[in-house]
Amino acid sequence: MHYLKPGLVLLAGLCLVSCKEKTSLAVSHIKAKQIAVAADIEEDPKITAFIQPYKEHIDKEMNSVLSFTPKTLSKNDGQLNTAIGNMEADAVLEMANPIFQKREQKSIDAVLLNHGGIRSIISKGNITTKTAFNIMPFENELVIVGIKGKHLHAMFEYLAQNQTAHPLAGMQLILDKNGSIKSKKIQGKNLEDDRLYYIATNDYLMEGGDRMDFFKKKETATYIDYKLRNLFLDYFKKHDTINPLRDQRFIQE
Amino acid sequence: MKRRTFIQKTAAAGFLTSIAGAGVLSTGFKPSFKKHITILHTNDVHSHIEPFSPQNARNPNAGGVAKRYTLIQKIRKENPNVLLLDAGDMFQGTPYFNFYGGELEFKLMSKMGYDAATLGNHDFDNGLDGLLAQIPNAKFSFINSNYDFSNTILDGGYIKPYEIFIKDGVKIGVFGVGIELEGLVNKKMYRETQYNDPVMVAQDLSHQLKNEEQCDLVICLSHLGYQYKSGKIDDLKLAKRTENIDLIIGGHSHTFLDKPTVVRNAKDKNVLVNQVGWAGINLGRIDFYLDDQKNISSEGASILV
Repeated sequence: MHYLKPGLVLLAGLCLVSCKEKTSLAVSHIKAKQIAVAADIEEDPKITAFIQPYKEHIDKEMNSVLSFTPKTLSKNDGQLNTAIGNMEADAVLEMANPIFQKREQKSIDAVLLNHGGIRSIISKGNITTKTAFNIMPFENELVIVGIKGKHLHAMFEYLAQNQTAHPLAGMQLILDKNGSIKSKKIQGKNLEDDRLYYIATNDYLMEGGDRMDFFKKKETATYIDYKLRNLFLDYFKKHDTINPLRDQRFIQE
Repeated sequence: MKRRTFIQKTAAAGFLTSIAGAGVLSTGFKPSFKKHITILHTNDVHSHIEPFSPQNARNPNAGGVAKRYTLIQKIRKENPNVLLLDAGDMFQGTPYFNFYGGELEFKLMSKMGYDAATLGNHDFDNGLDGLLAQIPNAKFSFINSNYDFSNTILDGGYIKPYEIFIKDGVKIGVFGVGIELEGLVNKKMYRETQYNDPVMVAQDLSHQLKNEEQCDLVICLSHLGYQYKSGKIDDLKLAKRTENIDLIIGGHSHTFLDKPTVVRNAKDKNVLVNQVGWAGINLGRIDFYLDDQKNISSEGASILV
């Protein structure tokens, strides 16, 4: 810069002053593009190596065998009740009731989940940790809703109108050939309007998911810190074979 | 020698016209003022640490953090002045989240050099406790401006309302807006987090960043969603109803756009709205070229998308 003329130095000085009072930059032009993280892009080896131990642990856990089923279970293998749905609802009753009894000195009367919540089939053969993630990928938690018998007529109406194999346990619903309710029972008995019943469901349904609006009439909601996926995992670990059946809990004559 | 001649000629010309006006003066120095800022962004990565499996019907082998990092490093070599941002829902979607609660997501984003992320609804999936527990794994900022955490365990500066980044002398103000959590996230998870109107917050903060803080660029990280037919607030409506935002980087709706949408704001200026799908299948790239105010045409920036 030794060859700079005095004029230029003066010029630079002028500019500094003028830029200082308003250094504002402004955008002159913008370019945008979306870059595909495509299949053929090379992986950064350091990142891949960092992920590896986490991946190995997950793969090992996911593939660990917990139980066995002699036949493939699908939520589409029945109109009003299915083997896989019955298994889910029965598992809730079996696993959650002892905790509820111990903590609250009360018993779960019935279980209601939703057909849409069964997110995959269970394939014939080994049941692994991955199976539980497949059927229940969400983090939904079990909740036990205390609700008066008079509000549970709406629950049976919902089931009768829906005619969907929502998983249920501890109750029975029989429709006549026209689809009207012929019989509705909880724990084998008719509903008592003023009795408080304890229905186990998940937080999504309790909040009105799948339009199960009858849960809004609840008087209590008790969480037992049990995610549904963990409940199924524990159920699979407890039983070396899972072989549920379609039965008479929700039928049409 | 040619260069010397050029400088001398320019100097002479500049000196001669300096009395006439500074506007002409500065044109001779245009290259020295030029700045180039590259914004890279992701949204709704949903714990997709690994690429999609080879059996995946739509995107076999696409995505994955290790591939994304290869791209980021390449771009940083081209232009070191990069701001790397995420528009939320980093959590939930693969067993990596179920097993490690977001630890690996945050550690990897830190390794890749993310500057900031905003919060999506799924980032509350393990509750405020679950999010707080993972924050120490993040070497980047969490920015949200419309959730009030003051009555929660996240009070105390864990989530910043905005941040000003300076890259190559360019001041870039970043703030963030999140979706209404009620009805979308279990109340047990977000507890006493209060939701404030994103438009009001965005209008106030963008004004503050542009005018009081004198930011050269104002970026809104949004997890509102791109567009709803109902009156529900979305990125396009936010862009239209505010005044000082240059770019909205969106998420939540998992929207794939061929190119960023250009929206006219409340002052009839252009705002860019972008989103790049989900699961880390894409990396968004927006290059801002800045110059001295005096060199910009009155029509504003030209947008080449």
